Amino acid sequence: MNIVVCMKETPSITAVKRFTADMRLERRKEDAEINPFDEYALEEGLRQREKHGGEVIALCMGPVTATENIRKALAIGADRGVLVTDPALEGSDAIGTARALAAALQKLGFDLALFGSAAADSYGGVVPAAVAEVLGQPLLSFASKLEIADGRAKIERAAETGYQVAEAAIPALVSVIQTINVPRYPSMKGIMQSKKKPIDTFSLADLGVDATLVGVAGAREKATGSSPVDTQRKGELFSGNDGAADRIVAFLVEQKVL
Amino acid sequence: MDFTLNDEQTMIRTMCREFAEEEIKPHAEELDRTGQFPYEIVRKMAALGLLGLPFPEEYGGAGADFLSYCLALEEIGRGDASVGITMEAHTSLGATPFYLFGSEEQKQRYLTPLARGEHLWSFGLTEPNAGSDSGGTETHAEREGDVWRINGSKAFITNAGTEMSGGVTITAVTGRTADGHKAITNFIVPKGTPGYHIGAAYHKMGWKASDTRPLAFEDCLVPDEQRLGDQGDGFRQFMLILDLGRVAISALNVGLAQACFDEAQRYASERRQFGRPIVAFQAISFKLADMAMEIELARLMYYKAAWLHMQGLPFTKEASMAKLFSSETAKRCADQAVQIHGGYGFMDEYPVSRFWRNVKVHEIGEGTSEVQRQIIAKHL
Repeated sequence: MNIVVCMKETPSITAVKRFTADMRLERRKEDAEINPFDEYALEEGLRQREKHGGEVIALCMGPVTATENIRKALAIGADRGVLVTDPALEGSDAIGTARALAAALQKLGFDLALFGSAAADSYGGVVPAAVAEVLGQPLLSFASKLEIADGRAKIERAAETGYQVAEAAIPALVSVIQTINVPRYPSMKGIMQSKKKPIDTFSLADLGVDATLVGVAGAREKATGSSPVDTQRKGELFSGNDGAADRIVAFLVEQKVL
Repeated sequence: MDFTLNDEQTMIRTMCREFAEEEIKPHAEELDRTGQFPYEIVRKMAALGLLGLPFPEEYGGAGADFLSYCLALEEIGRGDASVGITMEAHTSLGATPFYLFGSEEQKQRYLTPLARGEHLWSFGLTEPNAGSDSGGTETHAEREGDVWRINGSKAFITNAGTEMSGGVTITAVTGRTADGHKAITNFIVPKGTPGYHIGAAYHKMGWKASDTRPLAFEDCLVPDEQRLGDQGDGFRQFMLILDLGRVAISALNVGLAQACFDEAQRYASERRQFGRPIVAFQAISFKLADMAMEIELARLMYYKAAWLHMQGLPFTKEASMAKLFSSETAKRCADQAVQIHGGYGFMDEYPVSRFWRNVKVHEIGEGTSEVQRQIIAKHL
């Protein structure tokens, strides 16, 4: 089975976020890590390969420096990596990203394309659906369980009151949520072998994607401003013997605590 | 001169840091309190290849270089010293002698399962009457045809008495050299060999979850195939093993010192006195500055000793310098970490009291500070 895991490089969750003049997230190499949500997609890819055989490809769209994080995916267990990189891709919105990833998936061929449910930088969560739309192939989204049998992918999707079951013929796209598995650590042998595994690089020209449809040129969404979250805690002090207890009780009743 | 770690070294360090943070540190307090050997953690480490880092893949290892192994130890030791010493004693003292001095058959038979982490192995040098003075070794082996009859005892041996223990390699006197010194030969004694007795675990001040025991050999017969290297080569073998072990122990010392710094810095930022976090007082921030500086120096010294070894250059003096400086650094850091915590540092609820108890043995094990000074002085 050909399994392609789509991975994004995102700034570490603890990194201080800064923005460029045109309101894009400033990406620093030293803060870059594999989008934590995608680690579950990679783990699921490796588990499906263990069951069904085949190959796991780590596919990433990003700057040339993203190779380092593709290498990490290879250390964890992917067989080879593919980096889609092109100066014209910079500033892509979700649709632009989806066009590039769809073209890469088409070029690689796949039975199963796995995604994290969202990226920890933008939390858009629409790329898997957009890729499925571009490819005209089914998406099974937000899977908490995945089984492949008889040429079909079957998932469980957590819902408010239980779970839904959905299935589709493969090739299919599946986005996974964090309850689906526990990602493994890279083994020492995996780390030592990661250098020997190939990483191919595709440009937009290699993929035959029109550069005006991606990047800043093709972006239909434009960030116009950003402001830090107001994390200041607002406390109200009730003190003294002058009815403070009654006011606290009234406050708790108002908050529906009592 | 290039201080940049390569990709593999960086990935190994990062992975071990995450592993220590998520899989070791949350259990460290309980391990110290109960003194239970950390089987679950050690088995996870085995599965990830952490027990055979510096050995070639053909013998079940990861094929990493010596510095990578030290970087891993620093991070594991930062998580917990007991887990760190278990890994160090197994790799540096247990498995390395097979790799350096074993026959091809011994490597296949012993090194491969050890590198895979299927068993732990020990090295038995210290005796009740032979500590720093290894020339005072009393355990002796007499040849009787194709077997050796071993009698004697060993003290403070790490990893010998766990469920995972496979055996021990011991030093024994097998005669006299031409100049009248004791001739030492090393023997492989698997667990279960008749006459090999594993004593009850010691009650210790620190390193509580690591396995430390006395061993006794009573008419213990081992075939000549279980001799490691040439007869009389034992002294040269363990001198090299100890040199390498000192570099590894240095990494462990730096890990412990770093753990002390981590806790001290965090506490100093949180604890408020006189209306300010105490880190805002120069008396405290200078302590942290000194700790950070000494840790960095200790780290650079073990990097250098490891690098010399990897270049095939002499490194005995530098290994002793690294071991001495890093263990004394760790001692000072543990002391200051407790001091910065004040009364809370004396309470077991805070990890620094554990660090303070653990650090003492780092100035003793694998060569005391006094022995390190002696070695350095001899090389001046």
